[in-house]
This record gives sequence, structure tokens and C-alpha cells, in this order.
Amino acid sequence: MRVWYLLKFYTILVYGFMFAPILVVLLLAFNDAQFGGFPIQGVSLRWFYKLAENDAILRALKTSLVLGLCSMVIATTLGILAALALVRYSFKGKDIVTTFLISPILVPETVLAVGLLIFMRWLHMPRSFGLLVLGHSIIALPFVVLVVQARLTGIRTDYEEAARSLGAGPVQTFFSITFPLMLPAVFAGALFAFTLSFDNITATIFWRPSGMETVPTQIFGMLRNSVSPEINALGFVMICFTLGVPILAAGLARYFSKHKI
Amino acid sequence: MTQTDPRALKLLSPSLAFILAMVVIPMAFILVYSFYENIDLAVDRAAFQFGNWQELASDGYYHAAIWKTLRLSLIVTALAAVLGYIPAYVIAMTQTRHKWLLLLLLIMPFWISFIIRTLSWIHIFGSQGAVNSLLMALGLTDAPVAMMYNEFTVIVGFIHVFLPYMILNVYVSLDGIDRNLEPAARTLGATPWQAFVQVTLPLSLPGLAAGGLLVFVLTGGSYVTPLILGGPRDFLFANLIYDAIVTELNWPMGATLSFTLLALLGSVVIIYSRLMGLKQLSRALS
Repeated sequence: MRVWYLLKFYTILVYGFMFAPILVVLLLAFNDAQFGGFPIQGVSLRWFYKLAENDAILRALKTSLVLGLCSMVIATTLGILAALALVRYSFKGKDIVTTFLISPILVPETVLAVGLLIFMRWLHMPRSFGLLVLGHSIIALPFVVLVVQARLTGIRTDYEEAARSLGAGPVQTFFSITFPLMLPAVFAGALFAFTLSFDNITATIFWRPSGMETVPTQIFGMLRNSVSPEINALGFVMICFTLGVPILAAGLARYFSKHKI
Repeated sequence: MTQTDPRALKLLSPSLAFILAMVVIPMAFILVYSFYENIDLAVDRAAFQFGNWQELASDGYYHAAIWKTLRLSLIVTALAAVLGYIPAYVIAMTQTRHKWLLLLLLIMPFWISFIIRTLSWIHIFGSQGAVNSLLMALGLTDAPVAMMYNEFTVIVGFIHVFLPYMILNVYVSLDGIDRNLEPAARTLGATPWQAFVQVTLPLSLPGLAAGGLLVFVLTGGSYVTPLILGGPRDFLFANLIYDAIVTELNWPMGATLSFTLLALLGSVVIIYSRLMGLKQLSRALS
């Protein structure tokens, strides 16, 4: 049992390693000092006010939100259809198709970025917002397929068969039975796709048109040997947002599942 | 059973076409472009010549970058395995009611911005970081000690970001092991250590391998972490691609380097899938 305690202690240390630096960012966001590091010289919200006045960051935030929503819609739509095919139908070469669907994960993101960029160059299409949307969609697609597929497997087909035998057409069955049942899966996939896009920097640096910044590339551009206090404040806002949305979504899902039927 | 349903094809075709257009065809274009000739900044000429490949084969700078990338990826993978196995084991075997919390905390980093997690290490090791301010508060040093922007901080940054992949993969395979096997080994006379090494460890190898593959490939294809946490000499192979395309605007060379990285990391994935199959990986990613 002594060994077990040692293992537990080790685990706590590893969790500390994973979260301590993040907690430091959250803490330093409230530091009143001129620079973004230690020591802490009093608590203040001034860097949040500074952040709210920073036009470059606000513009980047807007770009990131629109980009995330656009690629979310594309990746989720395509991903749900593909996941439905994988779960509901049997067909030849399913393993190969699955591998093909997750292949964008297996290609290093840097190579994926360069490949698409060169292809666009060959087509004489300059870097654009559209390229970012399509690129982020392809990065998110495999994850959406995997997440939705994993959740769809748990849904039984009895209800659909019952609906069909009671006279509902395939389209009606899909929208009144299948879709509501798979809504949590859709939600999980969509949220994942949005986060992947919102967080992406590796490929975005290659694909963005000059002058266009997303939140990660904006932060990247602001890093010059030191972290400005505004970045800490921005980090605080982003962490609250990206952690808050899924927690809220999970809470809502639980609420609705309890209060339904 | 394996009758192809036409509806499946309809549902699949948008995704398959999208991947074909956005991944497969562009990969072919990388290869084609690697034979093009670079003339000037952002100017190149369609050609079929091996100049870029000759440069790659003859310039020691590129070879050094390849070795450095493989070495660093191996170090990060090994350290992630060592750091990650025990927490995965503890989460899988624990009896506490708070297991869900441990798992939730493990997924949480995926929702936190990669760049924020990476730059957070500047707050730890930087000249105004936690370690330096502690040292100065204790009077151990008067001026900040330089600990940032070296290979060590790059490795720490990589492990910090990729460790959850490792822990989750090992956890998934440990969780699938029959709980009666270890006690059975014990009643047959094995010590706890023997039972672990001969029963549990081998059964968890698929998870360890899947986690290791992910960490290795993700590290090997990175360039942002060395740019943020590394010094001028801490570059990986993907940094050369970034330099060629973004800084020097030498597209043919960028294509040549990209194809090389694809071949290097792709062969690792292929070896893995020959040994383990990709099923384990797709299970772990969801």
C-alpha cells in the first residue's frame, strides 16, 4: 500500500505540472505591475480595460469567432453524414474508408498547410479567408467523424424502425427521430470543431492573408521575449470562454435530458 | 453482410471528395512542386529538375535538422511515457468516487488555448518568472538566472502540451484489462511487481504505443513551440519549412522539405499501423 501512496503522490505532481503554469497565467492577469511577470504588485483590473480598448485584439477575436463558426458548420455537416454511414450501413472496404477519413490527422499539420497553399498557388488563388475556412474544416473533420461516430454507436435503431413502420417517410424519420436522438453527438462534434479552429495556429500562419490575424496569431505576434500583461488578461478571458462553453453545454444537456419526456 | 449500400456512398461522398481535394491532391502537388526551380523571391519556374533534392542531400544543415528533430521527438516521447504511465495507471485502478474529476481534468487542457499553455512557461522559467522571483526572494541570486530559450524549455513545452494524449491512450488500454488477471497472477505466486511487469504492462502496450506514436508525430511536425520557447539554435525540421515558405518565399524548396517531413513521419505511422493497426488510434482519439 505504501507503493500505492507513492503512485498517487506522483500523479498529483504530474497534474501539478499540467496545471500550475495555466494557474500562473490566470493569476498574473490581475497583476497591477507594468510587466507581465512576477513579482505581483497588487491586484487590479487595468489590463482587462486595456484589453477591451485594443482594436487589434478585438478584430482578431471577431475573425476567430466567424472563422470558427464557418468551419464548424462545414466540418460538422460533413462529419455527421460520414459518421452516419460508418455506423448505420455495412459496405465494402469500411476499414480503408475509416483510415481515409482520419488521414488528415495523420499528415503533419505543417505539411498539410504547405500542401494546400501550394495547390492554391497552382490554381492562382491567393491566400484568403475562404482558404482558412476550408483548411480549418479539413483539420476538424476527422475529429468530428470520430466523436460523432463514438456517440452514435450507442443509439439503438428501434425507434427509427418503429417510426418507419408507423408510416413516416425516411426524411420525416430523420428529422423527428434520428436527429433529436443524435443531437448530443452533433453538439459534441460541433463544439470540438469550433475549438480546433479557434485554437489553431500551426496551419493558420501559412494560410492567413497578410494583415489578417486570428487570436492565436495575434498573440504570437505580440510575443517579443516577454509576455505583455495584456496577453495574460487575454489568456484569462480565453480560458474562461473555452472552458466555460463546454461546461455550460454539458450542464444544459443534462438539464434538458432531465426535464424532457 | 458486406453488400455495399448505395445510401452509405451518398453519405460518405461529400467527406471523401473534400479530403481528396484538400489533402490527397495537395500532397501530390507538393511532390510536383519539389522539382520546380526557384528563381527569385516568390518566383519559380515549372521544371523537372533535381536541384532542390540535391541541395537537401548535400547540405549538412538539413541533415542536422533531421537528426535533431528525430532526437527531440524521441526524448519527448520517452519522457511523456515515463511521466504519463503512472497517472494513467492510478486513474484506471483507483477506487475513489472522484475518478470522473481526474478524467475531466485530463481532457481540460484540450479546451485551453495551445499558445497560452505554451507561453505560460515563460512565466515559470523567464527572467520575470516564478522560479527566478523565488530565487531572488530567497536571496540565492541577485540577478535573474537565464533558464529560458533553450532545448530544455522546448522539451518542457512539448511534454506539457502532449502529455494528456499519452495519459489518455494508456488509460484507455489499462481500463480495458480484466481486473481479475493481476490477482490471479498473485495467487499463482507472483510478487506485485512481477504481476505488473508480466501481466498488466504487456496488456497496456497498445495504449502506450498509440500514445507514443501521437506524441512522436505531433512533436516531429511542430515549429511553433521552438519559436516561442526555444533559442535561435533550437529549430526543428518544420521550422526550416516555415523559413523557406514564410520568410524566404522559396516555394520549391519548401515543397521539397515538406515532402521529406511527410515521408519521415509517414513512415513512422506506416510502421505503427503494420504492427498495431489504426483501430487503436481511432478509438483513442475519440
